[in-house]
Amino acid sequence: MPTLRIPTPLRPYADGQTEISVEGQNVAEALADLTTRYPELKKHLFSDAGKLRAFVNLFLGEEDVRHLQGVDTPLKEDDKLRIIPSIAGG
Amino acid sequence: MERLSRSPLSANRSPLDEATMLPNLSHDEIHRYSRHLLIPEVGLEGQQKLKAASVLVVGTGGLGSPVALYLAAAGIGRIGLVDYDVVDFSNLQRQVIHGESKLGVLKVESARERMLDINPDIQVDVYNEIFTSENAMRIAEPYDLIIDGTDNFPTRYLVNDLCVLTGKPNVYGSIFRFDGQASVFYAEEGPCYRCLFPEPPPPGLVPSCAEGGVLGILPGTIGTIQATEAIKQILGIGDSLIGKLLLYNALDMSFDFVKLRVNPNCKVCSEHPEVTELIDYEEFCGMPASDHESGSAGAEWDITASDLKERLDAGDHIRLIDVREPHELAISKLDGAELIPLGQLASRMHELDSAEEIVLLCKMGSRSVRALEVLASAGFRKIKNLEGGINAWAREVDPSLPIY
Repeated sequence: MPTLRIPTPLRPYADGQTEISVEGQNVAEALADLTTRYPELKKHLFSDAGKLRAFVNLFLGEEDVRHLQGVDTPLKEDDKLRIIPSIAGG
Repeated sequence: MERLSRSPLSANRSPLDEATMLPNLSHDEIHRYSRHLLIPEVGLEGQQKLKAASVLVVGTGGLGSPVALYLAAAGIGRIGLVDYDVVDFSNLQRQVIHGESKLGVLKVESARERMLDINPDIQVDVYNEIFTSENAMRIAEPYDLIIDGTDNFPTRYLVNDLCVLTGKPNVYGSIFRFDGQASVFYAEEGPCYRCLFPEPPPPGLVPSCAEGGVLGILPGTIGTIQATEAIKQILGIGDSLIGKLLLYNALDMSFDFVKLRVNPNCKVCSEHPEVTELIDYEEFCGMPASDHESGSAGAEWDITASDLKERLDAGDHIRLIDVREPHELAISKLDGAELIPLGQLASRMHELDSAEEIVLLCKMGSRSVRALEVLASAGFRKIKNLEGGINAWAREVDPSLPIY
């Protein structure tokens, strides 16, 4: 199954987990699986209209999914997705 | 601004090398920088470039400390420091440019003294000001390159837009707990910060280091990477972090890189920008340009520590809900308070009764304001925020508790 890396600021909404195996043929399905299992994450990732929020940066390997096929980007068995958080500490 | 240079050999006054039009190095400087001069990629001319260079360091905290120390040691001819704060006891765990003898001293002054002790041949300019849209252009004007060592989102967007609008490289670093990020955002050659982060996260989602903590060594790792990138940029050597984002995790000891691309619709660096001058970044981000959060939800929703004490002493029935993380109870706790961490509040709301009076509390009143918003949007009305958190309680009511 593809895995999704959860950034530190979102871990409290995913039982503190760092990496979660997700089911889905594409990014949208993987995120749907994730937010079904961790409903608290939903409002942080999606707007009320159901669109991925602009500050949520999803990368598949080294590539921003915005530069692939967005949430329609297909996923393979061992793909690694990660959410890159905005952090501001200094 | 005030300038101070203890040496007659300051960058501005050295005679120029006629071949390179770069400042000459004195014999003392050649001795001092001999380990640089021995590296072919630096050499004499590289060291002269460093001497001719000027760098502005925004923030002299966790990231700014190693950046300023190493740039001073490396012989950057002119370094500007921007900060408005004074050295606090809780800074010393990571802000290694400052020491206990400098508690209460302006950070820019404390940093300048240490830098000139390392290297009196450089010029250090200090700006004891909050970096804002009003003064940023003036302050940044004389510098070739800007290093972002700030601690909040509004100032990060300000630094980015300033660099895009003035064509300067923005050497970016950011930290939280065990996570660090670094990149070089240089719109002349690659993407900018807004290409990656078009919008800030909603207020409260990403805690500040003051609220969420940070490993003290982490800014050392990321700050030295920023200083390295600045020096490479000045020397024009190596592969830079332009178009790449470094993601460091100290727990996994992982250094991952992802590719960054120019966003053709970027609001500031695209061909048809919406942002053509500096804007109000506090308004844009919906949060203050500092990590000193007020800990207040507004007068209507706040209760002070002293008022809460009075009400509790009078025997009023008030449910105290502590929304911090479990490990924080070992530091300090309020008798009778029940723990419901902020991240669990929405799912555990059934444990609360909107008919009861509830006071929400955390460390300093930021997370409890978020908790108050969660409850208020669910219809709770008899709720209050303990203004300034348990730290305010420790200050005003119970000095037997530590402040953290």
